[in-house]
Amino acid sequence: MSSHAEHPKFLEHHFVEPEQQAASAKLGMWVFLLTEILLFGGLFVVYAVYRAWNPDIFHNAHVHLDVMLGAINTVVLITSSLTMALAIRSMQLGRQSETITNLVITLLLAGTFLVIKYFEYSHKIHLGQLPGKFYTFEGIEGTNPHIFFGVYFMMTGLHGIHVLAGMATIIWVLRRTIRGDFSAAYYTPIEMTGLYWHLVDLIWIFLFPLFYLVG
Amino acid sequence: MAESHSQKHHILPLSVYLAVGTALLVLTGVTVWVASYDFGAFNLVVAMSIAAFKAALVAAYFMHLLYDSKIYLLILLTAIAFLAVFIIFTMFDTMTRDQIYEIKAAPIEPDAVIYREAVDTTAGVTDTTAAEVIDTTAGDTSGH
Amino acid sequence: MSDSPAVHYLNEQKGWKSWLLTLDHKRIGILYLYSIMAAFLLGGVFAVLIRLELLHPGQQYMEADTYNQFFTLHGAIMIFLFIIPSIPAALGNFVLPLMIGAKDVAFPRLNLLSWYIYIVGALVALYSIFAGAVDTGWTFYTPYSTESATTVVPMTLAVFILGFSSIFTGVNFIATIHKLRTPGMTWFKMPLFVWGLYATAIIQVLATPVIGITTLLLILERTMLIGIFDPAMGGDPVLFQHFFWFYSHPAVYIMILPGMGIISELISTFSHKKIFGYKAIAYSSLGIAFVSFLVWGHHMFVAGQSELAAVIFSFLTFFVGIPSGIKVFNWVATMYKGSITLQTPMWYALSFLFLFTIGGLTGIFLGTLSVDVHLHDTYFVVAHFHYVMMGGTVMAFLGGLHYWWPKMWGRMYNEKWAKISVALIFIGFNITFFSQFIMGSQGMPRRYYNYLDQYQPLHAFSTYGSWILGLGFIVMAVYLIHSLFKGKQAPKNPWESLTMEWVTNSPPIHHNFEETPKLTHEPYDYDKVLAEKN
Repeated sequence: MSSHAEHPKFLEHHFVEPEQQAASAKLGMWVFLLTEILLFGGLFVVYAVYRAWNPDIFHNAHVHLDVMLGAINTVVLITSSLTMALAIRSMQLGRQSETITNLVITLLLAGTFLVIKYFEYSHKIHLGQLPGKFYTFEGIEGTNPHIFFGVYFMMTGLHGIHVLAGMATIIWVLRRTIRGDFSAAYYTPIEMTGLYWHLVDLIWIFLFPLFYLVG
Repeated sequence: MAESHSQKHHILPLSVYLAVGTALLVLTGVTVWVASYDFGAFNLVVAMSIAAFKAALVAAYFMHLLYDSKIYLLILLTAIAFLAVFIIFTMFDTMTRDQIYEIKAAPIEPDAVIYREAVDTTAGVTDTTAAEVIDTTAGDTSGH
Repeated sequence: MSDSPAVHYLNEQKGWKSWLLTLDHKRIGILYLYSIMAAFLLGGVFAVLIRLELLHPGQQYMEADTYNQFFTLHGAIMIFLFIIPSIPAALGNFVLPLMIGAKDVAFPRLNLLSWYIYIVGALVALYSIFAGAVDTGWTFYTPYSTESATTVVPMTLAVFILGFSSIFTGVNFIATIHKLRTPGMTWFKMPLFVWGLYATAIIQVLATPVIGITTLLLILERTMLIGIFDPAMGGDPVLFQHFFWFYSHPAVYIMILPGMGIISELISTFSHKKIFGYKAIAYSSLGIAFVSFLVWGHHMFVAGQSELAAVIFSFLTFFVGIPSGIKVFNWVATMYKGSITLQTPMWYALSFLFLFTIGGLTGIFLGTLSVDVHLHDTYFVVAHFHYVMMGGTVMAFLGGLHYWWPKMWGRMYNEKWAKISVALIFIGFNITFFSQFIMGSQGMPRRYYNYLDQYQPLHAFSTYGSWILGLGFIVMAVYLIHSLFKGKQAPKNPWESLTMEWVTNSPPIHHNFEETPKLTHEPYDYDKVLAEKN
């Protein structure tokens, strides 16, 4: 039994050593990411089925998406992933203010993503390019063009909710960093937040070509 | 046993992160550029391949899969594998809905055993329908 | 007396706050136990009322619409509020850390959160019952579920919420089993109940998110009129079934795998013999988990699925029976030349062997495409799943409950009354459900409020069986509750089992073990330990 002098503050009582605690957290977080992949995965099934059944609609409808905005958003998220990874690296090196800077930039980029999406959504709402019974746009050839927008809003919508949740988590971790909770010896919450954030980026990496660049 | 570094993480040099970040941005540009060419049925394959490669970079470097225990990679691959099963098996159905097989499409055999007058085996129910040839030319059985 | 310490996890802290804010996996297990037993009672009441209505054809006590609501609620409550959490959350939470020599699960706060999420989900489900109960069947098939005027949205929202409880339990158990085993306990020195929980957790994390997205899609369909399940808008109602069953088929293995884990423990302990084929049983758990994801279309043979898909799913379904069969043979081989003591947990294990075999085999019958065309949506299906879920999982759950009862409460129950209860349950169960196999094969459809006179004798028989079954449970409730107040003090190891939870006190202290336990023998080394004793 280790003496209390060697027992770090962050080590929980049911773990024997910090390595075990950190590895458990990482394992748990990766399993959680697996569940997120399956959750989004369901929507990828919807996409696959309906695109295979209606290739014409998907092609005709996608041109109404702004590729430039989509590409910018992709750049924004990739950069935010970079700064998130750098934030973890900064704390691995024990550099608190650098960590804070990187986290703040990540947060701002995430916010930018949502702002751009807000403009995209408003434009579509304005034109009536909406899912299901709300669809009123008249410029797309094919039966049931609303299908494309149904899938688009569901997938980018769920993704957007996850971006918001990610931002909330980053704010929480930022506060704790400012408070001095972390060090080179303990930065697990930042690392876990990073893993989650990279997944959000990963999903967008697939959403971008699937909606904006349909052949 | 008491070490100062509780998380023995290999700390990647800054250059690696920046290189991966740059690669991802370049590949994004490639994705957009490639979309202006038409590869027919392969459009999706090309787009998804580039996306998969980008995803692999994020996973390997930003998420440290290349440097960590293999269990995490196994978890990621497991998720993708079962998602693939979900998509593929569902499409076994959705892509073959309108296929009618010869054996089902052929007219019913009027002399088949099951149409001969059945003996009363269940209480109060006797099957006495005369055999009829039913026209089974396929209607649209696809889901939409 | 060190067997029953004066201060243990139940009494070291008192008051409702110490329970509602506990991080102790044992207390969380007890909280879950109370919750799922309440759900079982509610679901059971619906069952008895359904069988009462079906005693005679035509209207007896309720309208047809009410009947539809009753079978829907019976199914939804039993599946989502009782059986899926039952063994993992109630028994698993309690026993798992003890079995691997740990102080707690990997994420105690997540564990408590899982229970709170369960409670929230249960409350939303209860609300939906009182606000205009669902009548779609627990399967919520479109297009009816998108059109039904009942509270589909709240009930599916409840399912969505409950799914997260299940997911978080799965995440917790995977991390716990990977990381918190006592030194020396390698993967193949773990008890088989742990393997069962591990395979279950894998299914939970892979499958449950899909029911999450399914319920979300259904809610969006109803509220936002998206049209993905509406043919008039280019949608496909059968797609809903793909989504639903991608989760719900693996879900039935979430139900049975932990039960099978318990049976391994019971059979080995009460045969005082090493389990036969440890590795085969361990690998078969993983095998079941894997194959379970490949067969969901066997619920959709007559739904409008394509021929090709139906054939593929039917073919794959045959494979899922193999690992289950391997387990049954290994259990029987374990008993062979064992020194068997027929105490209550063993009676449950033996009931399981008999009933699960029937249930499992009839599952293969149903998985045979050509046969299913005739049996689909008949009472044959109802009988099949009650044999596996009740004859299987519930028997295993009860066996486990009686096995670990002394450890949980430090009390022994009355063995005589326990045996009477098993007998009533076993007999009542078979009368209730075997008649349903016969009815189903004769064409009696399921979910039917009314029926032809020719089925009345079998329906009556089934209803009388349900009364015997219910009586068995009432008897059980009485002697179990009685044991909490008046039961004999339990020793550390009343069954002379070799797994690690029996090393510590009954009930255990808060930290489970005074010192980190050392692995002195493998979990089923009965012959070795007996030889050492002599």
